[in-house]
Amino acid sequence: MKKIATIVGAAMAVTAAAGVNASTLDSVKNRGALQCGVSDGLPGFSATDSAGRWQGLDADFCRAVAAAVLGDAEKVNFVSLTATERFTALQSGEIDVLSRNSTWTLTRDASLGLNFAGVNYYDGQGFLVSKDLGVDSALELDGASVCIQSGTTTELNLADYFRMNGMSYEPVLYDTSDQTTAGFEAGRCDILTSDQSQLSALRLQLSNPDAAVVLPEIISKEPLGPVVRQGDDVWFNIVKWTLFAKINAEEMGITSANADEMLSSDDPSVQRLLGSSGNMGELLRLENNWAYNIVKQVGNYGEVFERTVGTGSPLNIERGLNALWTNGGIQYAPPVR
Amino acid sequence: MKSNNRNGLTRLIYNPTARSLFFQAVVLGGLLWFMLTIIGNVMTNLETRGISTGFGFLSQPAGFGISQTLIEYDETFSFGRTFIVGLLNTLLVSALGIVAATILGVFVGISRISPNWLLRKISMVYIEILRNIPLLLQIFFWYFVVLQALPRPRDSITFGEAVFINVRGVFVPKPMAETGFTFYAVLIVAAIIGVFVLGRWAKRRMIDTGQQFPVFWTSVGILIGTVVIGYFITGRPISLEYPELRGLNFRGGISLLPELLALWFALTIYTSTYIGEIVRSGIQSVAHGQTEACRALGLNEKQRMNLVILPQAMRVMIPPMTSQYLNLTKNSSLATAIGYPDLVSVFAGTTLNQTGQAIEIITMTMLVYLTISLSVSAFMNWFNKRVALVER
Repeated sequence: MKKIATIVGAAMAVTAAAGVNASTLDSVKNRGALQCGVSDGLPGFSATDSAGRWQGLDADFCRAVAAAVLGDAEKVNFVSLTATERFTALQSGEIDVLSRNSTWTLTRDASLGLNFAGVNYYDGQGFLVSKDLGVDSALELDGASVCIQSGTTTELNLADYFRMNGMSYEPVLYDTSDQTTAGFEAGRCDILTSDQSQLSALRLQLSNPDAAVVLPEIISKEPLGPVVRQGDDVWFNIVKWTLFAKINAEEMGITSANADEMLSSDDPSVQRLLGSSGNMGELLRLENNWAYNIVKQVGNYGEVFERTVGTGSPLNIERGLNALWTNGGIQYAPPVR
Repeated sequence: MKSNNRNGLTRLIYNPTARSLFFQAVVLGGLLWFMLTIIGNVMTNLETRGISTGFGFLSQPAGFGISQTLIEYDETFSFGRTFIVGLLNTLLVSALGIVAATILGVFVGISRISPNWLLRKISMVYIEILRNIPLLLQIFFWYFVVLQALPRPRDSITFGEAVFINVRGVFVPKPMAETGFTFYAVLIVAAIIGVFVLGRWAKRRMIDTGQQFPVFWTSVGILIGTVVIGYFITGRPISLEYPELRGLNFRGGISLLPELLALWFALTIYTSTYIGEIVRSGIQSVAHGQTEACRALGLNEKQRMNLVILPQAMRVMIPPMTSQYLNLTKNSSLATAIGYPDLVSVFAGTTLNQTGQAIEIITMTMLVYLTISLSVSAFMNWFNKRVALVER
């Protein structure tokens, strides 16, 4: 009888409407750590360094969210995901936020039950070819074999581009970026296609980076940004404004070095952002010094960019579109008011 | 009336058939309710989270390319079509693997008990080593170590400018039908039917008169003769389209992708070690007395194997062979690791990621493997019944 009761109890537990969701903010606070989905190793965005620490633009975004929510940028559990796994991991609640160079598209926004919280990096798809192929333009690539990472928007853009230009191609699909690079190096394919920022990173992983070039053509828009589940607007706001706080901090000239001095700034917008006046943090259901924690512990958008993918890093990517709107780019954040 | 009724009920309660039927119905009902509730919950939860559901996506255009398609396919075809393309690729590599693994496995198994010392030891080492290396590692070995070490297309290894081998795969000439091909095909079919008829006639004659007829060599002669002589009589109805390096890649001919070759080699070799052991144990399970009886009857070695030992060994071998065939088919899903476009890679990989409909797609994929497995075991069960010992 006891056995039967157990079985019935288990059955009830499984079948009882599992729709009741604890808010993400509460569960992160209770856990004391942020579950953050990152890539399986893409230098500049999210990759482990020699000490096993996750580094990169996307990894630092995870830290910024942890700093805003928990007051400590180190309270992050990084979860490494392949392109195919990433959205399911977020949908199923395995991670709280996905920060994995994911392109914002209509389908993903509308049919996956997810929300993109902004654009962390404006990218575009390009081609990496080996120099001895003697190709100067992507239009000379008719009949080429192309190495692609499976499960990305890249696959679709590539098909569109070749079809529109009346060219044929052979897709060679790999699961991880390491395998993709290995296939390209072995000559399994003539070109490797991916977002241009990734190409710069992957090129550095080749045994002889000088033997390959990135073609000038950009064939798509790839706005990359953090993603959260739909239906938890409090959490959506927090992630969205973490990104805006980083961009606003750069615009206001607040850096990790001068954040303490800026606390006593006369500028009312700086005061509001850093929490020395107003109740911006409370409105987001966070501590009032949330943005101070982000900037102090992780840095503003520009700092992080330079350190991870910009001129201060091996990738050496120009700010380009990712410069602030005041400097000719399109990074622009709504005001903290 | 009333007591009569109670009597009927009591009788029903104490009737073991009725009782067991009742409990089975209760369990079945409970199970159904359990499944329906789970499905209902999933649907509601997906709905509230704004995740698309249903199978409507199957008719949407796919928009991505696939490297090997056995049927017509390009980016404009639907997601439903990618399912079929992936399924056919899975079936292709499984079928190739099953045939090759059986041939290799039987050879290895017989070598294992061969009187030749060298052959016996080589096949033992082969089995012991390859059986103990994980399949995924073997696939990686063939793909990344062996096949990717081949030269680039411009420096292909070539055999008579007809067959080319390079890192992009193996390119062989493609036979093309010319005028007169129909007649040629009819000739060959006729020859095959003729061989069958000959076989049946020889068997009947042997049963009736005890005289034997060299069926095998006669059949080989008839088939080869028809293929060669018929080719010239019908005016050379087959021409070859040679692969040719144009631009970046070879065009024309038939290309065998390195992904297919690596997966095929690895599956074949891995499974052949198990089949080898099954064949060896099958043969050894036939009592030695049978061999002695054959010698006493004056049968030669070949007759002993074909007429006495193998038919009895088959009974032992078929059930475990079935599970090896099923394993091979399911193991072919490791294709996704090296990018061979099988069902898991194309449909449960790319299509899943582009549509985000994990539950529908994974369910369909599981059903496919279930169906393949059930069909293979149904066939093997039928075959097993045919060779099973008929008790007299």
